[in-house]
Amino acid sequence: MSDSVGAAVAVHDTHTGYERLGFVRTYIFSTDHKMIGRQFLFLGLFMLVVGGFLAMLIRWELGWPQTPVPGFGWLFKDTEGVIPPEAYNMLFTMHATLMIFFVVMPIMVGCFGNFLIPLMIGARDMAFPKLNMLSFWTGAVGGVIMLAAFFVPGGAAASGWTAYAPLSAVTEYTGVDWGQNLWCISLFVLGISSLMGAINYITTVINMRAPGMTLFRLPLVIWSLFITAILLLFALPVLTSAVVMLLFDRLLGTHWFLPKGGGEPLLWQHLFWFFGHPEVYILVLPAMGVTSEVLSTFSRKPIFGYRAMAYSMIAIAFLSWIVWGHHMFVSGMNPMIGMSFMLSTMVIAVPSAIKTFNWLGTLWGGSIRFKTPMLHALGFVSTFVIGGLSGIWMANTPVDIFIHDTYFIVAHFHYVVAGIIFAMFASVTYWFPKMFGRVMNEMLGKIHFVLTFIFFNLTFFPMHILGLGGMMRRIYDPTQYEFLQALQPINHFMSISALLLGASQIFFIANFFWSLFAGKKAEDNPWKANTLEWSAPSPPPHGNWAGSPPTVHRGPYEYSSPEVEEDYFPQNRPHPALTGAGSSARVGGH
Amino acid sequence: MMSWLPENVSSYGGAVDSLFYLVYYITGAVFFLVMGLMIFFLVKYRHREGRRARYSHGNNTLEILWTVVPALILVVLTALSVPTWAKIKSHIPPTDLTIQVIGKQFNWEVTYAGPDGKFGTEDDRTFDNEMHVPVNAPVKVVLLSKDVIHSLFLPNLRFKQDAVPGREIPQWFQATKTGKYVIPCAELCGFGHSGMQGYLYVHTAQEYEQWVKEQWPSS
Ligand code: HEM
Ligand SMILES: [Cu+2]
Ligand SMILES: [Cu+2]
Repeated sequence: MSDSVGAAVAVHDTHTGYERLGFVRTYIFSTDHKMIGRQFLFLGLFMLVVGGFLAMLIRWELGWPQTPVPGFGWLFKDTEGVIPPEAYNMLFTMHATLMIFFVVMPIMVGCFGNFLIPLMIGARDMAFPKLNMLSFWTGAVGGVIMLAAFFVPGGAAASGWTAYAPLSAVTEYTGVDWGQNLWCISLFVLGISSLMGAINYITTVINMRAPGMTLFRLPLVIWSLFITAILLLFALPVLTSAVVMLLFDRLLGTHWFLPKGGGEPLLWQHLFWFFGHPEVYILVLPAMGVTSEVLSTFSRKPIFGYRAMAYSMIAIAFLSWIVWGHHMFVSGMNPMIGMSFMLSTMVIAVPSAIKTFNWLGTLWGGSIRFKTPMLHALGFVSTFVIGGLSGIWMANTPVDIFIHDTYFIVAHFHYVVAGIIFAMFASVTYWFPKMFGRVMNEMLGKIHFVLTFIFFNLTFFPMHILGLGGMMRRIYDPTQYEFLQALQPINHFMSISALLLGASQIFFIANFFWSLFAGKKAEDNPWKANTLEWSAPSPPPHGNWAGSPPTVHRGPYEYSSPEVEEDYFPQNRPHPALTGAGSSARVGGH
Repeated sequence: MMSWLPENVSSYGGAVDSLFYLVYYITGAVFFLVMGLMIFFLVKYRHREGRRARYSHGNNTLEILWTVVPALILVVLTALSVPTWAKIKSHIPPTDLTIQVIGKQFNWEVTYAGPDGKFGTEDDRTFDNEMHVPVNAPVKVVLLSKDVIHSLFLPNLRFKQDAVPGREIPQWFQATKTGKYVIPCAELCGFGHSGMQGYLYVHTAQEYEQWVKEQWPSS
């Protein structure tokens, strides 16, 4: 690792000058879980801007096919500003790869996993702080490798984020040479980084909980991150190995996936989706966890069915290993197997339904405050409902024959995966006071939410209609097809919405940076929430609590409890009847 | 009822479409139920001074209900879908006409065995991006690929199947209406993926005979 680290230090030196040692240890090679969390956040937000820019280019091409890109024509000099088809394939491949591996994972798992786990279980840091630092920097190197792919001859990978072999395995098929190799190497490196993170999260949750923090007093977001870490531990190595096999096919002349040498293209798909389906839950479980925290806090009401919420996440984690074949219904896999994958896929929709109904149950009878984090959490619930329901259409094998590889699929995964962006905004706005010691601006936050929610739906909902009309995904120019001509106005409309969706993010960026430096100073517990992180100062110092770490007396969702006058009852607060009595022996769980 | 899907001209397409509309109505109903309740709760239980939230950790009866009911619906839906899936993908009906379709960057090569009924002989004929079949007769299609994975998509016939290099994948369809129908490639296959398409010509039995005569005049 020392080379890349040296380079990173050199870059930062120019800014820091003489205060090198202190600065480096605090801001760069920090072992403090909170700093590492913030580093993951900035990595993810940076990649979000890059990935978002690629999305704008994609939508430009689909809305105004084969016309020069305004303002960015210089990126496509050889074609007078028009995006050529091979570059288009590169754009959607890298857009998805960046969004999944370098935005959602670093932010939801890397940032909030790191920031929240120790604070919410009452620990001073992660179990392995140095491993934690190594995990971040390994991930960052993975990111640099992925971005470097844009600058090599032949350009970046262009075989889709799914990299189906043989397209991805032979240079001649795409014309992409080192771009695809770097794609493999980057994901390999990222796989190692995730593995280190996963081990750390699991160990921390198992071993470092504060006194009184039983498993069933853990906040649901910690449950979600814990289960995510277990999925990461088992799923990522499958991808990590598969990309190395692919790299060997490309560079060393092996034939894992190449029929010419006796290999099997479908093996790649099996490996990829055996990783890929657990992966989608790696992406969404933390979002579900955050949503549970925020809905309960802002409804001032205990989460509905705490145990069912935890068990349904465990069920999702188990089931996610036996549904991968639903991506391969028409791949040539034995159709008999397709039937069992249909059944398991239908069944995995049940725990998702349980979660949704329990969220509704949480709102029922609450006293709901519409603060920015709450709005985003509700936004996540609504997009998740749509994405979960469209999943049932595709799980239905006969129906999937038609909609597989159409824009219907693109609609589905944007509702679930891009919908995570709402959970991400909910998390950032909710924990911003704890992370940075300042409160974000409510007005800007609300404007940002409303615009994002409207344009998100205007951009992605019509994709269902296009898919049912038969429009294939990953096509460069829909107007090349007679039967899609009639749908072009919809594409046009979606592209305009997408550009506005992109533009709406200015409100977030402005709010984020303005609040970072000039926001109102935050109290320790600005939302009057119960979980332990709010008992630490905002922002918490190294070690999190000045005195001894908190002791836990009850579950995390004791809102509006009849036992206390206020409408919240922090996990660490001794029962009022017992304070003074000098005993905590009778304090029970929830 | 609005028709979201392109016109169906396949013998099994009707079964696919009824499943589609079944799922459409079930999920549509759930969507409006969930969203309706959510909006109702958001309005009814918005914060007002002096009212405290109900202190409740859940309700077992309700939770069992909303676990069991969706599970039942989904399992029944699966059971209803199995026969259609088996009919389309597992049982190829006996047929007189077998066509070989080879995907390659970026064309469909459509090969007929000719009068001798055997592939790989002199009288085979290959057409680029053009497939001719008689109406109301089952047609067997054997899919192959020369390079990468392609996917033969016939939107109007509710047909889709990947063509995988190294494999021969037999499939079938039966067109129920004459006409010209598009055959796009549905799987990313390289820079020419977009625009890779052919056409299926469905003829009446006589027209089809005529077409065969024109292609193999000697026999
Ligand atoms: C309610 C449960 C869900 C069901 C029944 C379901 C079902 C499916 C099915 C059958 C496919 C494959 C469709 C095809 O390619 O023909 C699919 C694709 C996909 N799903 Fe889901 N899904 C569910 C939830 C989710 C969630 C929660 C996520 C992510 C957070 C997700 C992410 C994806 C992605 C990314 C793809 C497309 C991958 C690709 O081909 O590029 N799904 N889903
Ligand atoms: Cu899946
Ligand atoms: Cu193609």
